Amino acid sequence: MRVTVRLFARLRDIAGAAEMPREIPPGSTIRTVWTQLAGEFPGMAQYERSMSSALNADYARMDVEVHEGDEIAFLPPVSGG
Amino acid sequence: MSLPPFAIGPAPLALEPLVSAIAADSDGVDGAVVTFFGLVRNHNQGRRVRYLEYEAYEPLALKAFGRIDDEVRTRWPGMRLALHHRTGRLEIGEASVAIVTASPHRGDAFAACRYVIERVKQIVPVWKREYFDGGDVWIEGATADPEDAAARAEAERIACA
Repeated sequence: MRVTVRLFARLRDIAGAAEMPREIPPGSTIRTVWTQLAGEFPGMAQYERSMSSALNADYARMDVEVHEGDEIAFLPPVSGG
Repeated sequence: MSLPPFAIGPAPLALEPLVSAIAADSDGVDGAVVTFFGLVRNHNQGRRVRYLEYEAYEPLALKAFGRIDDEVRTRWPGMRLALHHRTGRLEIGEASVAIVTASPHRGDAFAACRYVIERVKQIVPVWKREYFDGGDVWIEGATADPEDAAARAEAERIACA
C-alpha cells in the first residue's frame, strides 16, 4: 500500500526531499516505514532515539499501524521559540 | 474581524493586535495582560548569527498550540491565551514568537506566559536553522513528546518558580 512520508529540518536535508511516497506491506507500523527509510538513508539512523513521529498530523508512537493514504512524519528534536 | 488566537506562518508578528484581540472578549474580568516577544538574537553559543530560518509542520503545530491552551486552562482556570509563531527567514531583532496571556490576577498571567514559551520549546514542531559567520546549523532542542509528564512538570516548575 502507498503512504506519504513527510520529513523536516535535518531529516529533510539528509533525504533530500520534504515529502516522498512509499510502498509498504499491509499491516505495517510507523516503525516499518522508519526502518525502511533509515536503511535507505544511513544518516537518519542517528535520530532513532531523539526523533518523534506523527500520523496524519497527530503525534503517534512508532508501534501504531498505518493505512493506505496515510501521512507519516518524522520530526527531529524541535527548536521553536 | 480580530486575529485568531493561534496562528503560524510567514507574516510578521505584532503584539498590539493580539492584545486587542484578547482584550476584546474579556468582559471586564481581566486584571492583567502579560506579553512575550521572542526575538532573533545576533549571537548564539559564541557564533555571530546572521539570520534564522524557521520551518514548521504547520497542522501539527496548530494542534500543539491547542494542546498547550488546554493545559493552561486546566492549570489556570479562566486564563486566556494567544500564541503566534512565525516561519521563514527572520532577520536579527525580528520576532519569532508572540504570546499573550490574560487573567484576573497578574501572578497567574506571568506564570502562564512563561509556561507557554517553555511548552512551545518542548512540543511544537518548529525548527530553526541558524546562519552564522562561517556556516549554518539546524538547532535541535527537545525530543517532542506531549505525553512526557516530566517535561510538562518541568515547564510548570520553571513557570511558577
